Amino acid sequence: MTQVIMGGCDGENTWRLKDYVARGGYEALRKVLSGMTPDQVITEVKTSALRGRGGAGFPTGLKWTFMPKNYVGDKYVVCNSDEGEPGTFKDRDILRYNPHALIEGMIIAAFAMGATRGYNYIHGEIWSVYERCEEAIEEARSAGFLGNNILGSSFSFNLYNHHGYGAYICGEETALLESIEGKKGQPRYKPPFPATYGLYGKPTTINNTETFASVPWIIQHGGQAFLEIGRPNNGGSKMFSVSGHVNKPGNYEVPMGTPFATLLEMAGGMRDGRAIKAVIPGGSSMPVLPGHIMMQTDMDYDSIAKAGSMLGSGAVIVMDDTTCMVGMLERLAWFYHEESCGQCTPCREGTGWLYRIIHRIEHGQGRMEDLDLLLSLSDNIQGRTICALGDAAAMPVRSFVNHFRAEFEHHITHKRCLVGSAHSEKAA
Amino acid sequence: MSLLSPQSIQRIDHEIAKYPADQKRSAVMSALRIAQEQHGWLPRELMASVAEHLELPAIAVFEVASFYEMYNLKPMGRHKLTVCTNVPCALSGADHFCESLKKKLGIGFNEVTADGEFSLKEGQCFGACGDAPVLLVNNHTMHSFMTEEKLDALLKELKS
Repeated sequence: MTQVIMGGCDGENTWRLKDYVARGGYEALRKVLSGMTPDQVITEVKTSALRGRGGAGFPTGLKWTFMPKNYVGDKYVVCNSDEGEPGTFKDRDILRYNPHALIEGMIIAAFAMGATRGYNYIHGEIWSVYERCEEAIEEARSAGFLGNNILGSSFSFNLYNHHGYGAYICGEETALLESIEGKKGQPRYKPPFPATYGLYGKPTTINNTETFASVPWIIQHGGQAFLEIGRPNNGGSKMFSVSGHVNKPGNYEVPMGTPFATLLEMAGGMRDGRAIKAVIPGGSSMPVLPGHIMMQTDMDYDSIAKAGSMLGSGAVIVMDDTTCMVGMLERLAWFYHEESCGQCTPCREGTGWLYRIIHRIEHGQGRMEDLDLLLSLSDNIQGRTICALGDAAAMPVRSFVNHFRAEFEHHITHKRCLVGSAHSEKAA
Repeated sequence: MSLLSPQSIQRIDHEIAKYPADQKRSAVMSALRIAQEQHGWLPRELMASVAEHLELPAIAVFEVASFYEMYNLKPMGRHKLTVCTNVPCALSGADHFCESLKKKLGIGFNEVTADGEFSLKEGQCFGACGDAPVLLVNNHTMHSFMTEEKLDALLKELKS
């Protein structure tokens, strides 16, 4: 099975430059600098059907064409390693075990878009990973892969790490830019999009860690080869972070289109052999799906969309039949309320409202009309805010209530939990 | 007179060098982190020194410190323990782990032990859900796959 990102990453020092070069690292950059044009690089990425691995799934090659070509002055590439979507922990492993794949991918992207500077924005809570990335960049600089006249070419590019300090919202690309600028991480109105007005007002392209880290392989082996690993419109292999009630939680890199059942098996199957109840297939912001639907679904953007959810960041949260869906939704609602930046009224007020209603249902104080109120509130948040955090708060609510309505009703009428786990018989 | 130590200033200047010459402000997050490492938390006067060094109004520094969760705006115990209780962690025993942690320390979330050794905080997603339950010590040291035994050993080690 071809692994684009983590292939060959076994052993202690896979993150070191020496190891990376020994397994073919920086060959793609040499290929690019010894004769490819920026347009040829972008064409390869377009052919590959690589789509944004951070959650939105936007075609990467197309995104790169949005950067103005004849701009005079600095242009930026920025990597979004602010991985804080509950369930997602793949970028941390890329940064820990294969940081040079990201660095090489960013250099190639910078060449393709004519960018002169780059930043890698790293999630606050993973300090040791940040320190490792600092070392990796230093290694790349000392070896002449970063800096002026890279590998003797006329191309120059500098890259730096920026460390976050605890704000989920900074995973939103314009909030991330504000944060690099030294401000509160509050998302900007779009348009203008970052390609015209990005970091410090300059043209900027932001991609996820896994997206950049896929680029060297695409250049080395060709976009067509990458596409053929996966499915049409869903190129390549993808890292899935599997968490929750499985025997072996962890990251699994598999071809796009792998059946969910196969992925679950790789993760050791259900913990204690229990029955599967529900799966959030793409990180906590994506709609939850009943387990039996997931068991019939393949892991790619289009298949999961057809099943009624989204692939998102590839975070697969698995829940067994002991899980109280009301309790889980209460946690999610609290998370989005805590992490709302407060800028837009529907999100700032609405997320608090959602949380308080779900909290009272969970604690035996719910009313039957609360369920429709939750749905109506979600409708009034979704699509009415500057950024997608409002949508992210609303989508789980709608899907939890719709798929598991009987469980919510049971909580309301019996003032206790249907599943009889640790969540039952809660006092208000 | 700056409350930042010469070592802190040196480290902050290293961060400033990462950004364009006219964008010193970009280093504010790192500068606050470094100031907090020096002092344990961020009193107003210390933030004012950060502001002065970065040539920013004090309010611009304070609004950053109050926006991001990992800055300590009041004194903490010598060891700040943060636990993630979000869904993936909750599914893997974080609730039970938190209960036992609270019991061992004799405090709840957002409290400090009487001897000033420990503070306890509930964190948001650390991006390490596969390692649940996860505990963060003073923002920078992550402890994965926590168990009762590992917790006992860790608390003992931190106290000594």
